[in-house]
Amino acid sequence: MGDFFEYLKSQWSFAQEHPALAFFLLVVGYGIVMIGFFSAFAGPVTWVERRVAGRMQCRIGPNRVGPHGFLQWLADGLKNFLKEDLIPNAADKILFRIAVYPVFAGVFLTFVVLPLGPWIVGADLSVGVVYLLAVTALVVTGIIMSGWASNSKWSLLGGIRSAAQMVSYEVAAGMALLTAIIPAGSLSFQDIIEHQGGWPWQWLVVYSPATFLAFFVYFTASLAEGNRTPFDLPEAESELVAGYNTEYSGMRFLFFAFAEWANLYVIGAVITAVFLGGWRIPGVDIATQTNNIWLQFAGAAIFLTKASVLVFVTIWLRWTLPRLRVDQLMLMCWKYFVPFGIGLVVLSLFWQVLAAAVPTWVTSAISVLLTLAGAALVAGMFWRAWYNIRAGKDAPVYTWLI
Amino acid sequence: MENALNKQAVSDDLMILNMGPQHPSTHGVIRFVITGDGEVMQRAVPHVGYLHRGIEKLAEGLPYPSFVPFTDRVDYLAAMFANHGYAMAVERLLGIEVPRRAEYLRVIVSELNRIASHLIGVGAMAMDIGAFTPFLHGIREREKLNDIIEELCGARLTYNYIRVGGVSFDFPQGLDAKIRAFLDTFEPLMEEFDRLITVNEILVKRCANVAVIDAETAKSYGLVGPNLRGSGVDWDLRRDLPYSAYPDFEFNVCLGRGFRGTLGDAYDRFIVRVQEMQESVKIIRQALDGLPEGEIKGKLPRKLKPAKGEAYGAVESARGELGYHVISDGTDKPYRVKIRAGSFNATSIVEHASRGLMIADLVVLIASLDVIAPEIDR
Repeated sequence: MGDFFEYLKSQWSFAQEHPALAFFLLVVGYGIVMIGFFSAFAGPVTWVERRVAGRMQCRIGPNRVGPHGFLQWLADGLKNFLKEDLIPNAADKILFRIAVYPVFAGVFLTFVVLPLGPWIVGADLSVGVVYLLAVTALVVTGIIMSGWASNSKWSLLGGIRSAAQMVSYEVAAGMALLTAIIPAGSLSFQDIIEHQGGWPWQWLVVYSPATFLAFFVYFTASLAEGNRTPFDLPEAESELVAGYNTEYSGMRFLFFAFAEWANLYVIGAVITAVFLGGWRIPGVDIATQTNNIWLQFAGAAIFLTKASVLVFVTIWLRWTLPRLRVDQLMLMCWKYFVPFGIGLVVLSLFWQVLAAAVPTWVTSAISVLLTLAGAALVAGMFWRAWYNIRAGKDAPVYTWLI
Repeated sequence: MENALNKQAVSDDLMILNMGPQHPSTHGVIRFVITGDGEVMQRAVPHVGYLHRGIEKLAEGLPYPSFVPFTDRVDYLAAMFANHGYAMAVERLLGIEVPRRAEYLRVIVSELNRIASHLIGVGAMAMDIGAFTPFLHGIREREKLNDIIEELCGARLTYNYIRVGGVSFDFPQGLDAKIRAFLDTFEPLMEEFDRLITVNEILVKRCANVAVIDAETAKSYGLVGPNLRGSGVDWDLRRDLPYSAYPDFEFNVCLGRGFRGTLGDAYDRFIVRVQEMQESVKIIRQALDGLPEGEIKGKLPRKLKPAKGEAYGAVESARGELGYHVISDGTDKPYRVKIRAGSFNATSIVEHASRGLMIADLVVLIASLDVIAPEIDR
């Protein structure tokens, strides 16, 4: 943002005369654009999720509003805004009302530091990763508040579950992020991205075995932090009716749902920025990309593509896997993820020392090997999906049905 | 009962949680009063009676054949068995012979119905554990079964197909081939289902060693069917008290063996149902191959007036022994019909088996017992 403002000052006389006002306008404008943009991202994600779920479950999914039902999210949103905002009589009314805001703010504040390009970022904070961990913790506050204020035992159980779960998995997620931050040497998202290259073998995920494993730890832990299946215990439908948002309706319920789907993007974006090369375009150096506005947009498109693939994977997992039990979840975190994460941090530190001592080709060879391993993993997944689709195709078809 | 519970809870500082009658995973209108300390339950007391319709009493005011449609409502996920049990009891009372073809047709539709019911059973269990997709895959297969049975008798859920003395309709032309086509696709699809959920590690972790019911407890609570066999008790009415055409067929009785944990845990009951579907496929194939020609309805008097006496007819339903005890006083209406249904006993074991479980495990326990509300209350 700062760099862009300097650029703006050189081009625009108004900005030279009133720098403070111009900066204020720029920040407000960027905020509005970003909130609009991510709202427009979270909405279609709900449509994608429902269509993907429909496809996986041999049904159709929403297909009435707009082409292929694409505008269903607008219709649902409008419907929820028009509905009565019901507050239970026995609820703590003030807490019940304000509980949605921390959840909403916690998710949307992360967009300040998540970059889409060298200039397309709210603020390149030098403590970006810490800031991200801090604001996502706000979500827990809101969920506990809603669970308590609803004055329903199911909501309370959901709130308690989410408190335990999110606080625990934040530790594991933090460890995994730390593992990747050590080679990058900075907590700023821009610095972390600039440390990586555009090609897959230059990404941090394949920098060392430690970061390779940290990628999986972070992905799992962030699923748990975002209350996604297989860790969707706070709103476990078959156990807790709807968990912390049982008593919510109308606009407030929409805000919970909205935050949840925006959070999907946050999960994808953080992984993209930290592990998967962020907005770097293969074969283009940073200076070229910074100076060309079209390359910046191309970088943003690459970033969004990578994040969307990860969003798709989360959706895919949600409609495939069953749910863990609450004690298994905590056991997994504190007995396996946290010690393993600490081990990864130590390994990453050793790797830094080791990489300085051995010739460059050794570390490069290891990166290439890890890239091949990752590619084999992805290819194996695709082959299996393809195999299952083929197996379904070869099965006899009922001509007498439908 | 309730006040006593409340007092105890207050003195022990425990939480009372009311699960049902409207709750996504109680499978109908059942209510469980859970006494617990947060997530860990001390016990869950089932409260039944929300779906009581007085079906047994209704039987006393109806002529014998007119009660058959009411039996459909005893167990609407496996209505063929409910028809069959009543028809058998009345046939024994009257002492009439059922033609072989009718017996074979009864076996075929019963086993098709068993597959449909078990698909819902295992699918709903997967859904209660959080996986929604396997449930809908099960529903998809059940739709095909519904289509087959609709073609046979015109109904998709409450069939009214097995009547006193025989069955209501013969196979329409081409249904034989359609059932065979279904079975051919069903077997590979079961493999797909197994890959998707049965061997899923999370499901195994959720079910294995959870809600263990040992063989002695299972017997003393009167569990029947897959729940009893899941505890390792080798008892199947189709083999041990043979009825209808079952002695003609070869099939295995599937038993729990502690597949991934303790004998008699929730996973055993799940696996027994999955395996029973494959055994049903075997039985249907044999019955289709050996389907004899002939009448589909025995010779019945115009008005059914059995002599004074009583008879008991029991079938191995998808939920275990479903028995009808019919007492005649010599008129054209039964003096008393008593229905013995598996789900009632299965619900009563919840209080025993749920001690010390977590709330998430209670959901698994209820689903693994495959209880269905109309069969509990009748």
